[in-house]
Amino acid sequence: MDAGILTQQAFNALTIGAMYALIALGYTMVYGIIELINFAHGDVFMVGSFVTLWLLSTFGVQGAINDPPRLTIMLIVMFAFTMTVMGLVGVVIERFAYRPLRNAPRLAPLITAIGVSFILQNIIQVTFSNSPVNVPRVIEPQAGATVQLPQFAVANFQVTASPVTFAYSHIFIIVLAVSLMVALQLFVGRTRLGRAMRSTAIDREAAQLMGVDINTTIALTFFIGSALAGAAGVAWALNYGTTKFDIGFQAGLKSFTAAVLGGIGNTTGAALGGFLIAFIEVFSSQLGYSRWSEAIVFSILILVLVFRPTGLLGQRLAERA
Amino acid sequence: MTEQIAPPVLRAVRLTKAFGGLVAVKDVDFEVKAGSITSLIGPNGAGKTTLFNVVAGLSDPTEGYVEFLGQKMVASPERGWLEPILWVLPAGLVWLLTYGLGLAGVVTAAIEVLILVGLGLLIATLIVAVIRPAWYTRLLVVLGVFKSARPNDMVQAGIGRTFQNIRLFANMTALENVLVGMHGQLKASPLDAVLRTGKQRREEVASIEEARRLLQYAGLRNRDNELARNLPYGDQRRLEIARALATKPKLLLLDEPTAGMNPSETATMMKLFSRIRTELNLPILLIEHDMRVVMGISDSVTVLDHGEKISEGTPDQVRADARVIEAYLGKGAI
Repeated sequence: MDAGILTQQAFNALTIGAMYALIALGYTMVYGIIELINFAHGDVFMVGSFVTLWLLSTFGVQGAINDPPRLTIMLIVMFAFTMTVMGLVGVVIERFAYRPLRNAPRLAPLITAIGVSFILQNIIQVTFSNSPVNVPRVIEPQAGATVQLPQFAVANFQVTASPVTFAYSHIFIIVLAVSLMVALQLFVGRTRLGRAMRSTAIDREAAQLMGVDINTTIALTFFIGSALAGAAGVAWALNYGTTKFDIGFQAGLKSFTAAVLGGIGNTTGAALGGFLIAFIEVFSSQLGYSRWSEAIVFSILILVLVFRPTGLLGQRLAERA
Repeated sequence: MTEQIAPPVLRAVRLTKAFGGLVAVKDVDFEVKAGSITSLIGPNGAGKTTLFNVVAGLSDPTEGYVEFLGQKMVASPERGWLEPILWVLPAGLVWLLTYGLGLAGVVTAAIEVLILVGLGLLIATLIVAVIRPAWYTRLLVVLGVFKSARPNDMVQAGIGRTFQNIRLFANMTALENVLVGMHGQLKASPLDAVLRTGKQRREEVASIEEARRLLQYAGLRNRDNELARNLPYGDQRRLEIARALATKPKLLLLDEPTAGMNPSETATMMKLFSRIRTELNLPILLIEHDMRVVMGISDSVTVLDHGEKISEGTPDQVRADARVIEAYLGKGAI
């Protein structure tokens, strides 16, 4: 057994989990407030990575930026711009595709969501490319802190440790995602608009009769959810250095699974689910079952749902009934 | 003629509400005078809650209208189809002009500019439609898309209410429930919240203070951080009233606020209502099916049966009305 490899893989899982968690938050927030499975959400994430690509090519960035102040400014611009643009895209999608159907049967907005998903993919296919495109990785992908873990023996069992590299880009993604999640938690828990969101999720009509403008509140929910997906899109570009018009499908499905696993409607659950799925995925590959990783992830999902139909942290549905 | 009569706070004129063939409320007129407690009573199924929902702006009357502080209230858009047309109208006009100029043989450069201007206008109108600033809503009212407002606007206008079957935000604390009621008066924007500006923090502190005071006023002490669903039944009713008061209403609508309470709890509640009327000078419209409950505190009583108004007047007048007795006790009782 090699403690180094395990640590390295755990670190990788954290990075991937951070992205899943960011996307899952959008699914769970939208479901919590209007009970819609927003199938277009994965594609909002995908468009986010392309918005970053567009921004970088506009600024003429070719590859890694090694000057720390410039890199910092570039990262701030990338995230601020992409998150704002994607937030607005989310609001527009809600306004024109979902709001007119808010009182329609549940199936209608679901189909619209699938439609929006295809529209977004098509737009990207036409304006960018059909095939994978490279995104300059502004944080040097090789750079990182290499750590040598101590080697030790338990009884006769030798634990080796190969050196572990904590890539700066990964550290950045994890720190950023966690801070965004904490900020979201504070926003929802402690502010007037967060209260409006929670009350709308619990009882829309009563909230309205207490003076909460539910249209604005729902639009705000879409803005935040889509902005987080946009952040995940930037993180994806930083991490993989490539993107394609259909990455939203797989990543979206996994994140949706994460949201359900954690208990849909529950923001903490979504974050937990995101990390959990990434760990299952990474470690099933590590144990040599990489071709089975999808099957393993979804088998665990089924098992969890059989025993806890509302997900790991979810009691919301039961309470609502 | 020396007496100056204050205009009524709320006036319902010839209200009729039909659900398909079923006429739940038929031709009902009533008024709530300033600073008074008006009760709407009637046996179960008399159409009280339907009437109440129309007054609270949840649904529009089939016929007639509700006037609140002299303003006509309507819940849903009159001509909703007009709005999308409005979005494309400016751009459409510009493009039409461009087309005309093209036929007239104007230089291409000017045409291209005009096409872009049209596109800009289209994007601008769509952005406005999403953000919905106040002037846009006013424009919609002027154009007749809305005659008046959505329920949350009616709350802003000053109608606060409680529900017959308690509808608190179950997973939020008592304090948070009241704070949601204050939502409309608080002004901190998302940006303030993100940056945690001084304005946002001051507002938050002040609103929590005010919410505590309201909870006390409604008779809830030391329950601030209890989840609403864990409160005993009577306290949940009180919390609903505190939450409704938090919207700073000019009229309080109470839908069977003592349903399921025992006589002594009911008596305490009624005392609270009298206090709200006298101390806060807040007119109350009270719905109740048990007529004994309201007789003690009402200034005026309106009696409904099968959706029609059968009697109106002071409690004593109503109590003596043969039609009321008949509706409540059946024909044989007379």
